[in-house]
Amino acid sequence: MHPVRKQRLYLVLFVVLFSSAAIGLVVYALSGNINLFFPPAEIAAGNAPVGQPIRVGGMVVDGSVQRSDNSLAVRFELTDYEATVPVVYEGILPDLFGEGQGAVASGVLNDEGVLQASEVLAKHDENYMPPEVADALEKSGYDEKGNAK
Amino acid sequence: MIPEVGHFALILALCLALILALVPAWGAWRRNTAAMALAPGLAIGLLVFVGISFTCLSIAFLQDDFSVKVVAGNSNSLLPPIYKFSAVWGNHEGSLLLWALILCLWTSAVAVFSSQLPLLVLSRVLSVMGAVGVGFISFSLLTSNPFERLLPGAPADGNDLNPLLQDPGLIIHPPLLYMGYVGFSVAFAFAIAALLGGRLDASWARWSRPWTNVAWAFLSLGIMLGSWWAYYELGWGGWWFWDPVENASFMPWLAGTALLHSLAVTEKRGLFKSWTLLLAIFVFSLSLLGTFMVRSGVLTSVHAFATDPARGMFILLFLGVVVGGSLTLYAFRAPAVSSRVAFAWVSRETLLLLNNVFFLVATLTVLFGTLFPLIMDALGQGKYSVGPPYFNAVFVPLMALLVPFMGLGLVSRWKKDDPRRWRAELGVPAVVALACGVTFPLLGEHYNVWVALAVVLSAWLVLGLFKDFWYRVRGAATLGRGLRRITPSYWGMFMAHLGFAACVTGIVATSQYSIEHDLKMSPGDSEVLAGYEFRFIELTPVRGPNFVADEARFEVLHDGQPVASLAPQKRRYLATGSVMTEAAIDAGLFRDLYVAMGEPIGQDGAWAMRLHYKPLVRWMWLGAILMGLGGFTTALDKRYRRQRSPARVSGGEALHGA
Repeated sequence: MHPVRKQRLYLVLFVVLFSSAAIGLVVYALSGNINLFFPPAEIAAGNAPVGQPIRVGGMVVDGSVQRSDNSLAVRFELTDYEATVPVVYEGILPDLFGEGQGAVASGVLNDEGVLQASEVLAKHDENYMPPEVADALEKSGYDEKGNAK
Repeated sequence: MIPEVGHFALILALCLALILALVPAWGAWRRNTAAMALAPGLAIGLLVFVGISFTCLSIAFLQDDFSVKVVAGNSNSLLPPIYKFSAVWGNHEGSLLLWALILCLWTSAVAVFSSQLPLLVLSRVLSVMGAVGVGFISFSLLTSNPFERLLPGAPADGNDLNPLLQDPGLIIHPPLLYMGYVGFSVAFAFAIAALLGGRLDASWARWSRPWTNVAWAFLSLGIMLGSWWAYYELGWGGWWFWDPVENASFMPWLAGTALLHSLAVTEKRGLFKSWTLLLAIFVFSLSLLGTFMVRSGVLTSVHAFATDPARGMFILLFLGVVVGGSLTLYAFRAPAVSSRVAFAWVSRETLLLLNNVFFLVATLTVLFGTLFPLIMDALGQGKYSVGPPYFNAVFVPLMALLVPFMGLGLVSRWKKDDPRRWRAELGVPAVVALACGVTFPLLGEHYNVWVALAVVLSAWLVLGLFKDFWYRVRGAATLGRGLRRITPSYWGMFMAHLGFAACVTGIVATSQYSIEHDLKMSPGDSEVLAGYEFRFIELTPVRGPNFVADEARFEVLHDGQPVASLAPQKRRYLATGSVMTEAAIDAGLFRDLYVAMGEPIGQDGAWAMRLHYKPLVRWMWLGAILMGLGGFTTALDKRYRRQRSPARVSGGEALHGA
């Protein structure tokens, strides 16, 4: 074979091998690190897996936020006005988290249907709703104040 | 009146951009010198009109003209003037106008500084940039007009700027980032011009290279500022979240790094020509994709100012035209510019090729992780999110594999090298690097294998760098003369690689050795973190220009000696009522101490507090600054200016010789 061709062949072989290794790595990393969003209604219907990382979003129910007096533990409920999901979290909540506001919690659902959150996200500014929450409300047919559309 | 002037100037700018996109390109095609010669003047005219438009919008913000919709939505009479000015780009419409302004700046810069370019090439380059300008100015005018009025019914006061954006870092972060993003349009325009002309030689790479390096340097600094801002402003102590918006700026940087190195090979050895062109197209496409993702509202993010499907569709279409058009052109014309030069396996070319493969694969994995949720959502497969663990799992091994080749690449020779020479050259650095890896982590809190690995890799890179540097200096009679022999482009390379090593060390050390405590604290309490005692002294109310705040005062002691006094705040902004955490940081070269306030707990004045100890966190940003400065330094190299006016430069060289 012509040396330039041979060089090109090795080059292509290397690129193919290296990219397959990279793709393998990507698939492996992806399989353990993606999580799916569920609106509260679907969790109530039992469609969400127990013990796997998921995200839940909705409006924080008025009067549901209970803080512990001696630790950072906090408990609240998320609703899409069809169903509510209780969430427990230990740590500092984001600045724009509040009752009657949209929030997304990611964590693991336990056997009692309580989400053990490892992260809570709120919106970034006053007039902004996380798109997942907006979508969940759209599906349940309520607006963000809980009035049926 | 002033906003209308701005609007009118923008419409005129669109007309000029259209003429710039069409007439010089036509001239280049028909070899009409008069038409081609119009290009530089049109480019400067374009800058003037977009500049007028931008100035008008700035005046509307500074004068609190709340009859203008974006001013009413994003400013407030209580806002300090500097933030009124930065509010110009703290919103969708204004930031697009800034995009257009920076594009015009780059276009004019090419027009002014490229008098050594043949008119044919220059007119093509400026035409391509004019076409990009048409896209963005019409986007601004058609879907997101910044000068839209609220008449009648102008509010008495504005809605205020998002408090997260009221920060000095955010005044310069977007302009720097855009300088980088948009700067790659120059490399893109040069690539398209080369494809249109069907000619690509070493001089092409020499024209294109300084522009690419400078754009890359701006982007490095922009990304670094964004990361630094997130660190002190978001109050979590995190500096990189693999957030889709961060990825949007990081992908052009990664691909741009590949482009820099590929351009180096094209200039020095005339190799990888068609590959370089493809990369230039790819990098600019990623810049546009980033703009699309950030500005179309498909992402949940602080950067997504608006969600308007028409805007998303416009950018998507524009992206389709640019990518589709340039790839079609590439498919037809690339064979005309391909290179016929051979190189041996054991050579610098191979190692730079490896660099390109690594950076491209890294770009694609980040791209995949970023687009995966969007694709699944578009296919109706549910709303997935891809978390930081994915990116870390893929990105970190790739970079760890890259660094050994970087050290090798620095001391290797072009065309053909000898593995025996490599062994002789690098035996000592390898041993020293291993020794550093074994000993340095002993200085940390506890021994950590990952930090050891990072130190080995960084030391390997730095030693290779200094070895090569020494070879270049030692032949001279005196050290001073040897140093003077080193060109700016070599200094730039040296700084950028040193910065990369600092970055690697900083990132790994701070990820592995950081300590974070979230806990409940009352005034009088104290907590010990890595030998530092954080004492919560008192809580006081504070009043700022447009906010009220609770301020906690902390004293930090080390071995009984006071080292810092920190005052984090919890602010409530008056205009919107939004609450913001203002972290307090004691910065140091070897460690940062960081305190942020959470929320009040219970009735007795206790607060949730977040305390951090972050070793070497500054190294990452210092490294990024070094990379950026390196990028600027390379552009100072004499060889990039040599051909401008041969008579004058040869005179200059004669002077140097004397």
